[in-house]
Amino acid sequence: MPTTTPPVTAPTGVGHLRGDESFPTAARRSLADPQLRRNLRHATTTIRAKSAGVIAEQSDWEQLRTAGAAIKADTLRRLPDLLEQLEEKVTGAGGVVHWAADAVEANRVVTDLVRATGADRVIKVKSMATQEIGLNEALEAAGITAVETDLAELIVQLGDDRPSHILVPAIHRNRAEIREIFLREMPGVDPALTDDPTALAAAARRFLRETFLSTPVAVSGANFAVAETGTLAVVESEGNGRMCLTLPETLITVMGVEKVVPTWRDLEVFLQLLPRASTGERMNPYTSMWTGVTPGDGPQTFHLVLLDNGRSAVLADEVGRQALRCIRCSACLNVCPVYERAGGHAYGSVYPGPIGAVLSPQLTGIEDNASLPYASTLCGACYDACPVKINIPELLVHLRAEAVESRPRPTAESIAMAAAAYTMDRPRLYAAGQRAARLSRLAGRRGRGLPPPLNGWTASRDLPEPPAQTFREWWAGR
Amino acid sequence: MVGRAVTSRDLVLGRLRAALAADTAAPVDVPRDYRQAAAVDLDQLAQRLADYRAHVHRVAEGAVADTIADLLPAGGTVVVPPGLPPAWLPPTVTALPDDGLDHARIGAADAVVTAAAVAIAQTGTVVLDASPDQGRRVLSLLPDRHVCVVRADQVVATVPEALARLTPHRPLTWISGPSATSDIELIRVEGVHGPRQLHIILLP
Repeated sequence: MPTTTPPVTAPTGVGHLRGDESFPTAARRSLADPQLRRNLRHATTTIRAKSAGVIAEQSDWEQLRTAGAAIKADTLRRLPDLLEQLEEKVTGAGGVVHWAADAVEANRVVTDLVRATGADRVIKVKSMATQEIGLNEALEAAGITAVETDLAELIVQLGDDRPSHILVPAIHRNRAEIREIFLREMPGVDPALTDDPTALAAAARRFLRETFLSTPVAVSGANFAVAETGTLAVVESEGNGRMCLTLPETLITVMGVEKVVPTWRDLEVFLQLLPRASTGERMNPYTSMWTGVTPGDGPQTFHLVLLDNGRSAVLADEVGRQALRCIRCSACLNVCPVYERAGGHAYGSVYPGPIGAVLSPQLTGIEDNASLPYASTLCGACYDACPVKINIPELLVHLRAEAVESRPRPTAESIAMAAAAYTMDRPRLYAAGQRAARLSRLAGRRGRGLPPPLNGWTASRDLPEPPAQTFREWWAGR
Repeated sequence: MVGRAVTSRDLVLGRLRAALAADTAAPVDVPRDYRQAAAVDLDQLAQRLADYRAHVHRVAEGAVADTIADLLPAGGTVVVPPGLPPAWLPPTVTALPDDGLDHARIGAADAVVTAAAVAIAQTGTVVLDASPDQGRRVLSLLPDRHVCVVRADQVVATVPEALARLTPHRPLTWISGPSATSDIELIRVEGVHGPRQLHIILLP
């Protein structure tokens, strides 16, 4: 008889799904950083334009989006069966499948696997799942060095920094800062290094080549896993992914359970949607696909770690589960007016932007990310941009309702609304209130805002100046 | 459950099944009315490869060796997969047949020459499937130049057509231009870790 256990959200104290502060607090700091806002505006407008150009070439884009959304919706409905099928196929092809209920368990599984090889260093391909679970920190605690090999991730790692964008994680850094980080942190770097991007990339190439060739274990994520065949796929640009997936003796892939797709043929949809929505290319420079182990070619030991870490809780919400369709393209970040101004760090979680605002609170439980569903103007640009048609505005509203439900009552908002209703029912009191508001004009200039507890409303808005004469006064004196 | 510990597998699958237990969502039909196939346009392939800064050479099969001779310095070393047609290699280069070459020798070579399994015109992509004329994945990864010979009958127009021709169980490498990054101020730089130059020799 199958075990049934209730879905569980991602545990606290491990990984990077929760920020140290609320979105408004963190956003206020990034809004005060003009360099960051310039970089973000440049990045998002450039990628938007590139992406729009290649999407316009694809006359069947809407049909592809519809198919992509349907494949993912179908996958989620049959997720347990598809994962069992994937396990069977990967195992049959010489791989070993592990299951991890949460970040703690996934970190332990990977750490034990690395230890078993005797290695004290691993090379890593950029992977959202391993950032989510805080794998690098867990490995470090076990005395294992994890080397990020994606250029942007390397910049972030050497700068002891955090990623700020799903696709271009170091977009908050400019070339001069990157040069300084390399000069300070990269062993053996040429002190004459300039801040020319070609020179900086070449420095990373030299620095990492020896590491690629001498490290026997790699850790990757996965963009897709095909249940029907057991095939894993990783898309990338630089070739660092190919290095990690080809050179080491042991490959460990950590994958969120929602990354499975039912059939080989389904890749034809996602390999068209992902590059155009993500980097604005017709195809990314490199895509690697492998099925288990191939004798004489590539890693001869392959481990696949299937990660829940709150995904079962997201799946349990029939409205919320569409966030699990996400293919991590970051198109929603690039069109979001809030992301463009606040930047990735403000979201606290490794998943920034609109998708982060709906995914993180569901993975952690709404209590731990209660401010994120409000990090949006509900303008709907993210829904239009999403290649798998995640209705992010619908989810935001759904989660706001949940956030309100989860709050201890009564809230300042509910008290204010009750007071307004009481006053408006009593005309004399209402008139007195209006006169008092006008008096407040004399007391303070526009923009001062309301006193607590109503300052939440005016923190992000100017308080309209009360008119010199109310409608009622004008009517009476007419 | 006495005497049997709950495994993580049971736990995860149990949670996922519980999450779906009260499901009211209807089964989903996947509409596949997107474009499946189109007429092959070799000019489009050449142009889109060039867009991604691959160097495209359109020559007859008899001219492959001469084309490669022009690309490489005399005496240059070339990694050669076991099944590569010998006539493709010019006498001016030193062949390094892959009989289990170590990474250092592959990486020190001036170039690698491979065939391809499939090319996709609309995306400017060549796909290698590790057949004998392409060899192990590492051969096309470490040398600084990759010369890839594509026959016209290997070219398809669309991604769906390419997947239909490929065998999932082979290790597959999809290549669209040389290694590239835009991680620094979104400025495109070629050749981060993979080959810095990609030459496609497109046969009629």
